[in-house]
Amino acid sequence: MGMEGIGARVARKEDKRFLTGKGRYTDDMIVPGMKFAYFVRSPHAHARITGIDVSAAKAMPGVIDVLDGKQLQADGIGNLICGWMIHSKDGSPMKMGAWRPLAVDTVRYVGDAVAIVVADTAAEARDAAEAVVVDYDELPAVTTSLAALGEGAPQIHPEAPGNLIFDWQIGDGAATDAAIASAAHVTEIEIHNNRLSPNPMEPRATLGIYDSAEDHFTCYTTSQNPHVARLVMSAFYNVAPENKLRVIAPDVGGGFGSKIYIYPEEIVCLWASKKTGVPVKWTSDRTEAFLTDAHGRDHVSKVKMAFDKDHRIIGLKVDTIANLGAYMSLFSSAVPTYLYATLLSGQYAIPAIHANVRTVYTNTVPVDAYRGAGRPEATYLLERTMETAARELGISPAELRRKNFIRSFPYQTPVIMNYDAGDYEASLSAAMQAADWDGFPARRAQSEARGKKRGIGMSCYIEACGIAPSQAVGSLGAGVGLWESAEVRVNAVGTIEVLTGSHSHGQGHETTFAQLVADRLGVPIASVNIVHGDTDKVQMGMGTYGSRSGAVGMSAIVKALDKVEMKAKKIAAHLMEADESDIVIENGELKVAGTDKSLPWFQVALAAYTAHNLPAGMEPGLKEGAFYDPSNFTFPAGCYIAEVEVDPETGKTEILQFVAADDFGNIINPLIVEGQVHGGLAQGIGQALLEEVRYDEATGQILTASYMDYAMPRADDLPSFTLSHQNTPCPGNPLGIKGCGEAGAIGSPPALINAITDAIGINDLTMPATPLKVWSALQGSSMRMAAE
Amino acid sequence: MAKVTLTVNGRTMSGECDDRTLLVHFIREKLGLTGTHVGCDTTQCGACVVHMDGRSVKSCSILAVQASGSTVTTIEGIAAQGELHPVQAAFNQHHGLQCGFCTPGMVMTAVDMIARHGGALDEATVRHELEGNICRCTGYHNIVKAVLSANEEMHGAARQAAE
Repeated sequence: MGMEGIGARVARKEDKRFLTGKGRYTDDMIVPGMKFAYFVRSPHAHARITGIDVSAAKAMPGVIDVLDGKQLQADGIGNLICGWMIHSKDGSPMKMGAWRPLAVDTVRYVGDAVAIVVADTAAEARDAAEAVVVDYDELPAVTTSLAALGEGAPQIHPEAPGNLIFDWQIGDGAATDAAIASAAHVTEIEIHNNRLSPNPMEPRATLGIYDSAEDHFTCYTTSQNPHVARLVMSAFYNVAPENKLRVIAPDVGGGFGSKIYIYPEEIVCLWASKKTGVPVKWTSDRTEAFLTDAHGRDHVSKVKMAFDKDHRIIGLKVDTIANLGAYMSLFSSAVPTYLYATLLSGQYAIPAIHANVRTVYTNTVPVDAYRGAGRPEATYLLERTMETAARELGISPAELRRKNFIRSFPYQTPVIMNYDAGDYEASLSAAMQAADWDGFPARRAQSEARGKKRGIGMSCYIEACGIAPSQAVGSLGAGVGLWESAEVRVNAVGTIEVLTGSHSHGQGHETTFAQLVADRLGVPIASVNIVHGDTDKVQMGMGTYGSRSGAVGMSAIVKALDKVEMKAKKIAAHLMEADESDIVIENGELKVAGTDKSLPWFQVALAAYTAHNLPAGMEPGLKEGAFYDPSNFTFPAGCYIAEVEVDPETGKTEILQFVAADDFGNIINPLIVEGQVHGGLAQGIGQALLEEVRYDEATGQILTASYMDYAMPRADDLPSFTLSHQNTPCPGNPLGIKGCGEAGAIGSPPALINAITDAIGINDLTMPATPLKVWSALQGSSMRMAAE
Repeated sequence: MAKVTLTVNGRTMSGECDDRTLLVHFIREKLGLTGTHVGCDTTQCGACVVHMDGRSVKSCSILAVQASGSTVTTIEGIAAQGELHPVQAAFNQHHGLQCGFCTPGMVMTAVDMIARHGGALDEATVRHELEGNICRCTGYHNIVKAVLSANEEMHGAARQAAE
């Protein structure tokens, strides 16, 4: 490892522009003639539209036009799609209702877009939107998945009777039932996974620019995957053919999944730009973000875990209902199926697993991937069940986990996944040591002496990252391949541009990807530029989500670098009259091994472009591209331990320590990896203690649509974290990388709830464990105790 | 319409705006200084923090006309001649930013916090005083480290100068 190569703790190259106010986000873009959009949205959770009158709005100051869904439909703009086909267990395809970019006859959630107002200023557009008169016939609404499946529930889409989208299963039901029937002990638990709003700090925004001379569209957007956005808008929404549509995702202020999807606003602003003849910019406000950014999680599950007399797990049966909201978002069908149920083996050897998943329409914001996407749901379910089982069986949580760990690899689970490498014992031991697990009883006694209740809890997580082998996901219903692309362009002076289909919205690719090049070629990272986020620059890419940019995106760069190196070595061998196989690249030079002959990197690059003296038949130039399709998922894993103190007077939980021990495979930049874990932990702790999207069940109104009502984790809600790594390199990709982006959010919620339930001695507690909920649980228990 | 005149980052700037225009929108749209961000509608997130007459304020909570005549420093104004301010440098060194969206507000809050406490900062105080700045990326761990480190550097430098 060089000073800036793989493994080096390099401060980020991209920081300076963010630190000096020079970041360029979508809302910062200003183009000549630009006008502003405001969306008229449904105030009702479920209603028929009986009329839209825009005449008063059109007469308002500054208004250029007001456009509605009928006009959009008449222009042939398509409905939104779901990119992953799931079939129910009876073989029928999922029952998908139409999602129009602007509603035409029915609105299905509060925030459903009905019309767009374009005006000279954002304030004028907002004023005019108030003057758009939409007549609604209100319909009864339903917000919870259980109620939506109930007898007589309001029907949300005619295509999905009973609001059931699909009824899917995985695993061996008969074998699992048999295991449960023969078990020495069965732990049964009901698990709720709370509904969350991803809340990247940059609200979504888009700027649609139509150029009538070229019949060409440009879309600036807050996207994690601009190429997928272009593909989908071109192929399905009929906005424009791909060669007439440029999508640019400039600096993007966080995503966490919510910026994967192509939302109505991008499509409508592009269309409106053509209709009005002016560039149209829309920027979400925070309330609009709560109303329209895809939410995450919202599962209700029943679990049975069967043990033999030696406390080995012999079967796991799961019945899950997932709330997908009012419409099927882009990956909404994959999240509660192949990203969730395939991880239900956890870190454990479980011979029989069966999961049934029903997905349900409700009159709520569409639900899709949020940091972890399915894997937090699986981990929370498993690790709460393991903790409950340990308490029921009267053995230590660590012992129960150790007894059931998978210890030899590769390991084929009963739910598709083939784990390639791992050492679960190592992270468990490291976490317990770092947390001084053995010293806990003494610390608990100290807390007790102060009238506080102290608890400790652990969670052993696994996730599948680096999505994904294209053929495999294709066979499971994915509409796209999940490879990644890269192009390495060596300039004539030896500096380098790397074009990548990955997209950085906080992950630090401009630094880590440059570190890879520095490692390979011995050039400083300052001479390497990473280009991403523009479909006119990078030909094609699949974007950043599912912790895939290291494992998949960087693997594509490795492949391209291999080709560049091969050509550079040929040129160097020719110039130094040496054998190609004797050329080595070290410290920015191409050397003839075992001699003092060498050429600096820039000279070889220059020779490639002057082309005065190249090997016979060689093309000039030094630029190579590659596509990398992974052979398997990667499997980051680890153990998290939380220690908490609960004040029984108030129910408030204080986190005394939080330990994370992770196996991410090889690490490119520890500074950035630690940052990813910190951020994930904060989101997981937020889910466990603070965050929940709430709806009024009677009216379908969202009750948590601002930071006054939705509790975001603040600095004083969180502790400093204790991190360590126990890395087993991933055998499946050239850099041995597993991925680190989501682990923190996956592993932390069960560790915390296990700790709090340990502290209060009551196992039945749902997230978020607010002071009110914890205090009420304690009151209930003391009332029960008093009665006994 | 109202005429607003401000001294921003050392330069006097004027512009016309609606009476209802917020300072943050005036700074972003009329003055073209887009480093100051809008992350919420309710004065919670702190992405819009600037310094007005030497105090940190949320520029989404002040009308531009209220600010007229005042001296404002934005994130664009704290690095001297391309040299990062010690707080900016500490955020870089300690990886106190990821997506960068909350960063301008965080830095402006931190500069003010360090100045107000005259060097006497600890982790609990930093965490408490960051209550009005929300970050979704970093989990605050490295932001807290960066603020404490910058505080140490600036206070240490001041101490040395005094000696």
